[in-house]
Amino acid sequence: MSFQTAARETLADAQLRRNLGQATALIRAKRERAVAEVPDWEALRDAGEAIKAHALATLPEQLERLQAAVAAAGGVVHWARDGAEANRIVAAIAREQGTDEVIKVKSLATDEIGLNEALADVGVHAIETDLAELIVQLAGDRQSHILVPAIHRNRAEIRALFERTIAQGQSLGDEASAIAEAARLHLRAKFLSVPVAVSGANFAIAETGTIGVVESEGNGRMCLTLPRVLITVMGIEKVLPAWEDLDVFLQLLPRSSTAERMNPYTSLWTGVTPGDGPREFHLVLLDAGRTDVLADPIGRPALHCIRCSACLNVCPVYERVGGQAYESVYPGPIGAILTPQLHGLHAAPSLPWASTLCGACYQVCPVKIDIPSILVHLRERVVREEKSRLAPEALAMKGLATAFATRRRYETAQRLAQLGRGPLAKAALPGWTAMRDLPQPPRKTFRDWWKTRETPAAAPPPDAAPPPNAAATPQPAAPARDSEPAP
Amino acid sequence: MTDPKTEILTRIRAALRPAPAVPAIPRAYHRAGTQPTTGAIDRFCERAAEYRATVHRTTPAGLTTTIAAALGDAARVGVPAGFPPLGREVVEDEQLSVEQLDRLDAVVTGSALAIAETGTIILDGGPRSGRRALTLVPDHHVCIVDAAAIVPAVPDAIARLARDGRPLTFVSGPSATSDIELDRVEGVHGPRRLDIVVVS
Repeated sequence: MSFQTAARETLADAQLRRNLGQATALIRAKRERAVAEVPDWEALRDAGEAIKAHALATLPEQLERLQAAVAAAGGVVHWARDGAEANRIVAAIAREQGTDEVIKVKSLATDEIGLNEALADVGVHAIETDLAELIVQLAGDRQSHILVPAIHRNRAEIRALFERTIAQGQSLGDEASAIAEAARLHLRAKFLSVPVAVSGANFAIAETGTIGVVESEGNGRMCLTLPRVLITVMGIEKVLPAWEDLDVFLQLLPRSSTAERMNPYTSLWTGVTPGDGPREFHLVLLDAGRTDVLADPIGRPALHCIRCSACLNVCPVYERVGGQAYESVYPGPIGAILTPQLHGLHAAPSLPWASTLCGACYQVCPVKIDIPSILVHLRERVVREEKSRLAPEALAMKGLATAFATRRRYETAQRLAQLGRGPLAKAALPGWTAMRDLPQPPRKTFRDWWKTRETPAAAPPPDAAPPPNAAATPQPAAPARDSEPAP
Repeated sequence: MTDPKTEILTRIRAALRPAPAVPAIPRAYHRAGTQPTTGAIDRFCERAAEYRATVHRTTPAGLTTTIAAALGDAARVGVPAGFPPLGREVVEDEQLSVEQLDRLDAVVTGSALAIAETGTIILDGGPRSGRRALTLVPDHHVCIVDAAAIVPAVPDAIARLARDGRPLTFVSGPSATSDIELDRVEGVHGPRRLDIVVVS
């Protein structure tokens, strides 16, 4: 389904728009306050952008360093070319542990590759432990926001869902804390007993082999600490070269994401530590299309994304249509440039148009991804690479090339355009004219006017279109009605 | 068939061809050691309290009394193995099982560092902080912060932390969620009560 079609459906949902409008307005105001109290915010953004660009430019070296450091600390590093390969690796480790359940920290990378479904196929149930992910999982719903996947659900809807599922027969009341308490009770037994956890990673430090997960609820700490075996699935673009880079990202991420000075919990671990936490640690380094993004120098900065979701919250398009219209785990402005590059333009050819190019996303992006410019670039690529050569636009461009080749052809084409506007053009360009007005060709072209002007006796008729450059070329013989005083 | 690692590295090298410029990293932000330390203790207390931690200030002489007050009527209190005496009965964490940890009413630990700007305490898995599970499973955490270990800003903490691979946990207030209407609610899976005792 195209974005435009999906958006039409979600736009019709007034409840969804109300929920989203309220939530995004709240987080926007909070983020502004959190950022305003940091005097060196712009310097942090500059550093963040450069660190990411540096890491990508030296990616083979950084990944080799990371692997060596993780291995030296007792971890095992796996490489996965695509989602299926990553899923097979995780499933094999889970089955080796003889478990039919794994607990999961919210991870966009594993959502992207459909890990839960792949595990279900081999009889392993993946339990989402982030509150919003749990809401989405219980409702059989789809995520609609990077940070708050259930942002499209309000408190009353979540309460009703929990009373139907994990808190059957209870009345939870209207307080959000009662809803959180229900999740706590439901998941606690799992945290204390399930032997395998799967996480994503916010970053990995090549220098030390340290992996970081940033979270709020403590579900992350539970998964990263209590099980026997921990498996982290991480996109290869998440690597940071140096320990010192934490300076930057531990400031940029919380303030951009939950709009807090610091999120409640940040876990940093390096391989395995005897007597503290999991006895086995596996790091799965995932490509799954990231090298395709890397290959496009203009689109490449999409890989700088630290998944903060600030761009979603400021986007006028996202705020109205919601995340589900993007039909990807990466919605909003960043999704519009990431999804078509990760999965191929053919998979999401309409997403680069899911934007007004207003630029708000670029202004808030903590790593300064120029999303509008990448959107324009991808629009061009979609037209160039994906549209059939027989598509109206391609044909029109070909026609123009022919028409512009000689003066005679050009003049003929202009006359034809005058005759052919209206029904003929609308039939030829149905997609184009559905959302735009076709420009009216002037009744008299500049060239026609010029010809009549060359004969001094023939004054321009009153209905002649004024020449476009009338003001710039003072010609007493050509009275231009809209001419301005000469400079 | 080539192995996955070789293939991915080959893809990356091909994607980067011709070799892209490797940008220098402008670190014009406030780096470690550039922020004033005066007022850091007050600021830490204020900001930790904003995130709904209960903050107590005391002296070494008043420490056991303050801890006793923070613990209230908690009966079973865990501490890291070899922790200095608290003047009360405690359960030392000699690799307690999760079930044993779950039966604790509260836990008392020290910490490695604290950050004033963000109201953050940092646990480093050492003998004062204890292992991670100890400060995670019990519902009430009383954490002692040495005022001398409060640094002004995030980069100060990053620079001072050991890079020896020990697990680190940054804690800023009690467990919370913003998943319901983006409104912060305290108390999900981690300890729902966090008392911070600042000793100076």
